[in-house]
Amino acid sequence: MSKVIVVTSGKGGVGKTTSAAAIATGLAQRGHRTVVIDFDVGLRNLDLVMGVERRVVFDFVNVINDGIRLNQALIKDKRVEGLYILPTSQTRDKDALTREGVERVMEELKEQFDYIVCDSPAGIEKGAQMALYYADEAIVVTNPEISSVRDSDRMLGIINSRSRRAELGLDPVRSHMLLTRYDLDRVQRGDMLKLEDVVEILAIPVLGVIPNDPLVLQCSNIGMPVILEPKSRAGSAYADAVRRLLGEDVELRFTKPERRGLLDWFMRRSA
Amino acid sequence: MRAEARATTGREASRLPFRIRGSMQTLLALQLLDPEDPAFFSELVAKIAYAPEFYRDAPILIDVGPVRGRPPIDLEAFIAELLRHRLRPVGLVNASETWREAAQAVGLAVFPEGAEPPSRRPPAQPVRGGAAMVVDRPVRGGEQIVAREGDLVVLAPVGHGAELAAVGHVHVYAPLRGRAFAGIEGDERAMIFCDRLEAELLSIAGVYTVAEEMDPRLLGARVRVQRRGEQLVVTPLS
Repeated sequence: MSKVIVVTSGKGGVGKTTSAAAIATGLAQRGHRTVVIDFDVGLRNLDLVMGVERRVVFDFVNVINDGIRLNQALIKDKRVEGLYILPTSQTRDKDALTREGVERVMEELKEQFDYIVCDSPAGIEKGAQMALYYADEAIVVTNPEISSVRDSDRMLGIINSRSRRAELGLDPVRSHMLLTRYDLDRVQRGDMLKLEDVVEILAIPVLGVIPNDPLVLQCSNIGMPVILEPKSRAGSAYADAVRRLLGEDVELRFTKPERRGLLDWFMRRSA
Repeated sequence: MRAEARATTGREASRLPFRIRGSMQTLLALQLLDPEDPAFFSELVAKIAYAPEFYRDAPILIDVGPVRGRPPIDLEAFIAELLRHRLRPVGLVNASETWREAAQAVGLAVFPEGAEPPSRRPPAQPVRGGAAMVVDRPVRGGEQIVAREGDLVVLAPVGHGAELAAVGHVHVYAPLRGRAFAGIEGDERAMIFCDRLEAELLSIAGVYTVAEEMDPRLLGARVRVQRRGEQLVVTPLS
């Protein structure tokens, strides 16, 4: 049974595309045929983060509106087997997506893929709603600060009322929280919200905590999903998140200060 | 005494709620060679796929010259199918008497005989000749500029995600970072020129290449792009 997962947030710039790219890559690495779709028509970014922007010919909108076949638009990832990208148009806008068109594409994708990861645009209007409509699961990306948490809360409400599952009275969308850019120093200083505070407000299971990591930007710059960078803490946090998504019980890391041992102090001295 | 010579018709004409004028338009013609071919529409989709924006909602003439001797097809169904593909048939051209009747029955206009005799050979002369469109400001990502009469000349940078299209040549006297489509009506001799090649995609009359396929030594160079057969050839300008 194919699963549709939407990566959304409400707030912009919190790490949806980074997360969608990393998670889709992680699912494919675990042997599942996965496609990641850019729903941000007009402001496309997914192809950049996935490193396929120099291979885009046809896109999601061409498939819906212009008679292009799905397989002409799908781009096969060169690094991970079983991973595909469906890019979007930069010249159209979100009005180019129609419910019937998206449904048709979803049905076709379900025949070919185990996981369909939808990278949502920011906001709560048509674009974001279109991205979440067919979701079976939702990953709500949140930064540990108040406006992001408020927007995520709003988004959860919308998922619960405007998804197809909600409209048809089916089992509700399973929502999880992904806390990104978690910076322990700032949390301890009180500048950022603690994980516990965010969980208390949003009251949904935590899929993962992704620590603040300069390698995220570097990976984005070279078009590589951060989960493929072995030196990245964020990358390994995403790998943990994928395991939890697949049902494994994995202890949360990066939420408590690492105990500094004697060896650490030696390393610092010689640095 | 001043002669007040105002033509009566002139005064009355200025009170009419309309004006009738001659109008010249260039229209695309879809020449039917084998309309009953079951792959007709899938082939058509593939053909217009390289510049779908240009063809969306385009008014077209249906040139039935090559098939005028055969009984007319079901025009009503044919039109419906064209509309479904976002092409807007406005009339028939090069019709015989039977085709003319069929056209009138479904409300299509019948245009006078085209200047070119119906022929299976593509036109020998390139289909262009209008003045060049000149754009003197940066073309931003997401913008589309289409020169439907002739060449397109851009004097400022063309951003990632921007699309330039021309019936003739595309010239960019600045960095080209988006996509360029030359010869969109099929002229294989159309070319693309740019000051700095950083393009995402280049296409001439339907044959295209993406950035990844381009020789990395040509990135950033001043180049000319031509079509040779089913390939695009990119050569540096001095």
